[in-house]
Amino acid sequence: MTLELRHVTKSVDGVPHIFETDLLLEEGSFNVLLGTTLAGKTTLLQLMAGLDRPSSGEIWFRGSNVTGMAVQKRNVSMVYQQFINYPHLSVYENIASPLRVAKLGRAEIEKRVGAVSELLRLTPMLQRRPAELSGGQQQRTAIARALVKDSDLVLLDEPLANLDYKLREELRDELPRLFAGRRCIVVYATTEPTEALLFGGYTATLHEGRVTQFGPTGAIYRQPRDLLSAQVFSDPPLNVAQVIKNGPRIELSGGIGFALSGPAAGLPDGPYTWAIRAHHITPLQQAAGRATLDGRVLLAELTGSDSVIHFHLDGATWISQSHGVHPFDVGADAKLFVDVDRSFLFDADGRLVGGSE
Amino acid sequence: MARITIDRLRHSYMAEPKRPEDWALKEMSLEWQDGGAYALLGPSGCGKTTLLNLISGLLRPSEGRILFDDQDVSRASPEDRNIAQVFQFPVIYDTMTVYENLAFPLKNRHVPASEIDRRVREIAGMLDLGDSLMNRAAGLTADGKQKISLGRGLVRSDVNVIMFDEPLTVIDPHLKWVLRSKLKELHHRVKRTMIYVTHDQTEALTFADLVVVMNNGEVVQVGTPIELFDRPAHTFVGHFIGSPGMNVLPASLENDGVSFMGSRIEVIDPQRAGAAAGGQLEIGIRPEFISFGTTGLPVEIGKVSDAGRFRIVEARHQGQLIRVLVPEGYAVPADGAHLAFDAQHTHLYRDGWLVA
Amino acid sequence: MNKQINQKAWLLVLPVVVLVAFNAVIPLMTVVNYSVQETFGDNVFFWEGVGWFEQVLQSPRFHDALLRQMLFTGLVLVIEVPLGLIIALAMPRKGFWVSVCLVLMALPLLIPWNVVGAMWNIFALPEIGLLGKGLNNLGFDYNYTRQPVTAWFTTVLMDVWHWTSLVVLLCYAGLVSIPDDYYRAAKIDGASAWAVFRYIQLPKLKRVLTIAILLRFMDSFMIYTEVKVLTGGGPGNATTFLSIDLDKMALGQFDLGPAAAMSLIYFLIILLFSWLFYTLMMRNEAQ
Repeated sequence: MTLELRHVTKSVDGVPHIFETDLLLEEGSFNVLLGTTLAGKTTLLQLMAGLDRPSSGEIWFRGSNVTGMAVQKRNVSMVYQQFINYPHLSVYENIASPLRVAKLGRAEIEKRVGAVSELLRLTPMLQRRPAELSGGQQQRTAIARALVKDSDLVLLDEPLANLDYKLREELRDELPRLFAGRRCIVVYATTEPTEALLFGGYTATLHEGRVTQFGPTGAIYRQPRDLLSAQVFSDPPLNVAQVIKNGPRIELSGGIGFALSGPAAGLPDGPYTWAIRAHHITPLQQAAGRATLDGRVLLAELTGSDSVIHFHLDGATWISQSHGVHPFDVGADAKLFVDVDRSFLFDADGRLVGGSE
Repeated sequence: MARITIDRLRHSYMAEPKRPEDWALKEMSLEWQDGGAYALLGPSGCGKTTLLNLISGLLRPSEGRILFDDQDVSRASPEDRNIAQVFQFPVIYDTMTVYENLAFPLKNRHVPASEIDRRVREIAGMLDLGDSLMNRAAGLTADGKQKISLGRGLVRSDVNVIMFDEPLTVIDPHLKWVLRSKLKELHHRVKRTMIYVTHDQTEALTFADLVVVMNNGEVVQVGTPIELFDRPAHTFVGHFIGSPGMNVLPASLENDGVSFMGSRIEVIDPQRAGAAAGGQLEIGIRPEFISFGTTGLPVEIGKVSDAGRFRIVEARHQGQLIRVLVPEGYAVPADGAHLAFDAQHTHLYRDGWLVA
Repeated sequence: MNKQINQKAWLLVLPVVVLVAFNAVIPLMTVVNYSVQETFGDNVFFWEGVGWFEQVLQSPRFHDALLRQMLFTGLVLVIEVPLGLIIALAMPRKGFWVSVCLVLMALPLLIPWNVVGAMWNIFALPEIGLLGKGLNNLGFDYNYTRQPVTAWFTTVLMDVWHWTSLVVLLCYAGLVSIPDDYYRAAKIDGASAWAVFRYIQLPKLKRVLTIAILLRFMDSFMIYTEVKVLTGGGPGNATTFLSIDLDKMALGQFDLGPAAAMSLIYFLIILLFSWLFYTLMMRNEAQ
């Protein structure tokens, strides 16, 4: 049982929303569509669900072409960013609704709703109405409804985006567990790289209607194929600079330079695009011999257990991320340490040619 | 500008509150220095909006006083308190230009035109609105509109305090840091007392020098971002601040020491343990302060989640979950693992509160 | 998209299409048919071309009725819109009295139009009506069945009583939808009540007021039943508005051709005014 997109494109009024896309999703896999808003995540989900028809190309499911098939005839569930439940029905009836549509027997319905509500910790509130629940519980109800009918394909469109961050953390933890051991294909759209990483599974990075890379999540995070994929998969944003490679050194503008080591040092000399994720630049000297940068702090964002420092250096804005709480005043001078060994080099076409994390 | 004193303040929305849970705001006393940057942080329903409304004068407290400098304003109307506020959704006067919007509070107070002009241009310059002064305010982006809201507070010289109520809700996530930076810079320049109310820890910790964390209508900790991370005064703070949050483990007193599931936790000073007698005990330790070793608490390794920068390991000791954060470049042992707690960061809590 | 399903959906629209055809299209075509022909009954028709239109457009009778109509509509708008806005502003926003006020406001709108006419007919009678008798007792010479001015006064008053509520309800709905934060910000900025009205309420009510004015324009321009029952268009032709005139022509004199032509002209005038009015308001909004 696989879901396959073959040369799928989608245009609306002549404006391309999805450029030619090929994807093969395996049975029982958890797949993340990662991209910023308007990257085409929702459009792709709609196409997979059958809520929308591709402009060209075919969608194959379980070895048959389902391109024109109505969504009602496919066994698909969808969960949205907004908590969509039937407001006039109890939580129990909400969860049971797809089973009632499928005309299942009372005993079977009771059994299945019981099991899924136990899994999602909704058992104590089955008789309440959605409006009486917290945001997290409402979204859990929507997820339960998607799970209860044993769909072949479960599509989740940023389901945690509207939740407080602690709830988000909690549900993020629960979600992969819910699908573990099921045969269904899960596709989860998100803007947050951290979510993709924590879910594991497979990730497709999306940029302006194109899938730039698809593969096992950890692998494409550490070995992005090109600059765009690396940028999509970086939060805080990737630090990017144009450099000239000269022997084992790369020279940035403004007299800043770093020494490369490992295979990257052996690349031919010339211009490259150099990039490094924020957490490889820190205000903490973790290892001796690190390259340093002297920046002027624009803002130190403290997230509780992390510090994200935006700093200014030679006309450009750089970002550093480090664990722990490291406050800096706006405008303060800061010395930052760069782990050059964990940076990327891209060629003129944006393809990765050297370096990895 | 003013120093703000909150003196044994208590509030209930009921006419005759009896039970403790009838109080939306439990008794609290706080003192905020003139020119400071403060944040009220807590989940929805924690009472932070009630406190905000009490300070701004939209609510009259059931008990206690609020003082601006030495003047009791508990019963004063919002107008008389000279407070400026930036709301969650931008409030601008649609039909006016940016200039007229900024001039509005001064015009209403009959400030001379030349003085208005000087102030408006000065503030517009600070907010980078100088080029759009003559544009219709309605045409601005969300962050421009929020700057106007803030500007209307800044143009007045008589403002005691500027309050922010989740001001970045409508701002594009990628632009938030720019506005946060602007806010911090402005605070440095104008040195007004500012209070920032939010449920978002990043916003509170980034903006404020001192953060007031609230939960269930009470203040659970007042501290700097470093204090909140290093020494959470309440298990709630440990859980709420930081991602992943603090491990909170059941504990008991045994043989003049603290034990977790029968295993003695040596890093907790027995003297402190003695002081904690007579309540429900818990050990609080953040995942980043636990390390793997060959001795210590024996655990089984469960799920390992890769967050890129670090891995979150779910370790279990006698079934009890302990999250451990393993930085990049460190190995996760397969089995036979033991956990070591960092002495500095292992805290003891009694009924939720830190045992000093 | 899923075409085989969407095609069936047209069937669901069919009843409405049939209904509209019977309700609007067919009668309209009949009117057009009459407006270009002369008939003396017995289903015998003679082609008349645009003759009836010329006749109607040139007749002083039509001009007078149109003038009366515009004056009436103008008066009604000038009184009802500000009055409705003032009442809406004065209404409470919270608490028990909200529902009381809303019910009171809705009452006139719930009364059938001919009943409104009949009520005011009796209410204003100079001999026995509360209004008529009262005014005469106060020393006013009031008799709407004989004096054109008092007939106008009564007609306008009746319309104000009947329809101001609509403006009130629309404005009220607009007012309560303004977030509290706007009022709080205005308080903080030290704005006077007038400034709050001028810079917050009025701009936020613009759309609602546009709709209110448009609705009141169209309805008052087509007023028929209440006036028919109250004055019958009199005394003389004093309150013979367009619709009353049309009624006299079509049903009184049975001049079907000119009446049809007039109703088409009438229809086009309303369409033109509404369109003009709407575009003007919307253009303002866009600026």
